[in-house]
Amino acid sequence: MLDEQAALREITAALEESGKLTGPVTMETSILHDLNLDSVGAIDFVMLLETRLDTVIPMDRMAEIETIGDLVRVLTSQASAAN
Amino acid sequence: MLEKFRALRAEHAAVSAAGRDPFGVAFDTVLSATEAVLEGRRVLLLGTNNYLGLTFDPDCIEDAAEAVRSLGTGTTGSRIANGTYGGHAALEARLARFLGRRSAMVFTTGYQANLGALAALAGRGDHLLLDADSHASIYDGARLSAAQVTRFRHNDPDDLRRRLRHLSSQPGEKLIVAEGIYSMLGDTAPLREIVEVKREAGAWLLVDEAHSLGVLGESGRGLAEAEGVEAEVDFVVGTFSKSLGAIGGFLASDLDGFDALRLSARAYMFTASLPPSTVASVTRAIEVMEARPELREALRRNGQRLHAGLSAAGFMLGAMPSPIVSLPMPDRERAVLFWNRLLEAGVYANLALGPATPGGKPLLRMSVSALLTPAQIDAAVLAVARTGEALGLIGTALEAAE
Repeated sequence: MLDEQAALREITAALEESGKLTGPVTMETSILHDLNLDSVGAIDFVMLLETRLDTVIPMDRMAEIETIGDLVRVLTSQASAAN
Repeated sequence: MLEKFRALRAEHAAVSAAGRDPFGVAFDTVLSATEAVLEGRRVLLLGTNNYLGLTFDPDCIEDAAEAVRSLGTGTTGSRIANGTYGGHAALEARLARFLGRRSAMVFTTGYQANLGALAALAGRGDHLLLDADSHASIYDGARLSAAQVTRFRHNDPDDLRRRLRHLSSQPGEKLIVAEGIYSMLGDTAPLREIVEVKREAGAWLLVDEAHSLGVLGESGRGLAEAEGVEAEVDFVVGTFSKSLGAIGGFLASDLDGFDALRLSARAYMFTASLPPSTVASVTRAIEVMEARPELREALRRNGQRLHAGLSAAGFMLGAMPSPIVSLPMPDRERAVLFWNRLLEAGVYANLALGPATPGGKPLLRMSVSALLTPAQIDAAVLAVARTGEALGLIGTALEAAE
């Protein structure tokens, strides 16, 4: 099961891979404001993460995600649900 | 209350500042399926989705006129409250016959067909698997359903397979949703591969043939017919507002118990039914579509001519030739400028901006009609090429936007 630190590392690596890493990423980083992703970019980034982590995040859970911390929480709970 | 739209208003103002409002063009009049008048000048219509050009078909017009005279202008209510007119039932039977399906039901718009179908078919505990580039009506229908919604990568059967595998231990029905032709780029779904995944997973499949009805397949039934997989498509959704030249939508299937959807699809139950004139023109348009396969052939040739002309002019085009030809634009500013200059040159196309476009990238979208003449298409190609040259957008700049 993915823990929070591992999830944060994966997110940072995925941002780097997609050329979206602009600086240090913390749990408080806002996906739309700090990462300069629009709503389409944010959804595409989540899809990239889903493939990378071989998991599935249902669309209704997307509404919960504003910060990297929210994304980490969704990822860790999804990973445990999928396993 | 409207404060939340401040950013949207500013964005709209910025887009409109370069000239006209691309989302509020008001024609003085429409002359035919291919020409209109804008501010006193004739413009060529290259953004109508009027694929077979049936909006001015004399027989469709005559039947619509006869229906409005004999049955009135509207039904003033829904079919479950105000009743079904003979024409509604006859249209459903005719449509089912055309599609080779046991049952069909008619909605008042194509948007409502997806809203009603998805929300009714997928209930709590079920799963909807949507292509990421699905039309807004599919996303909205999914939101209205109580089902769990999962997106798969656009036209990627392997990603769909991976997601279905994750969901395999979860109870509930799984309904895959794909489109025959995707409206923004004109690309088609890899339907045979999707069908394979569907079989493996024991899922259901709904195909929205909105842009492919009358366009693909030997009889014009859409992509499923063209790919030979109709028997594996459980539900077909479509619209009357493109190839059939009117307005309305439908859902068709071979399943037993189909009519329960008439008592559960809220977008069918709680809206006024199609007026008699529209029912009449659509019924006739199906006849015309069947009787005149040459229209589909002309449409195919026109799509190829536009695609080839723009390629020869130096534009890099993404999708294969289809009735929809889209030019990717490097940024929003130049997309707006291109659209305005093209309209000045007498060609009306669609400006498509994110988030409605794949990846949120701006597009200049064109769609052809079977009734465009080769000379009209050549004139359009020339206007697009000159505009592209003037803006320095032929070759490298557009290639970079791919």
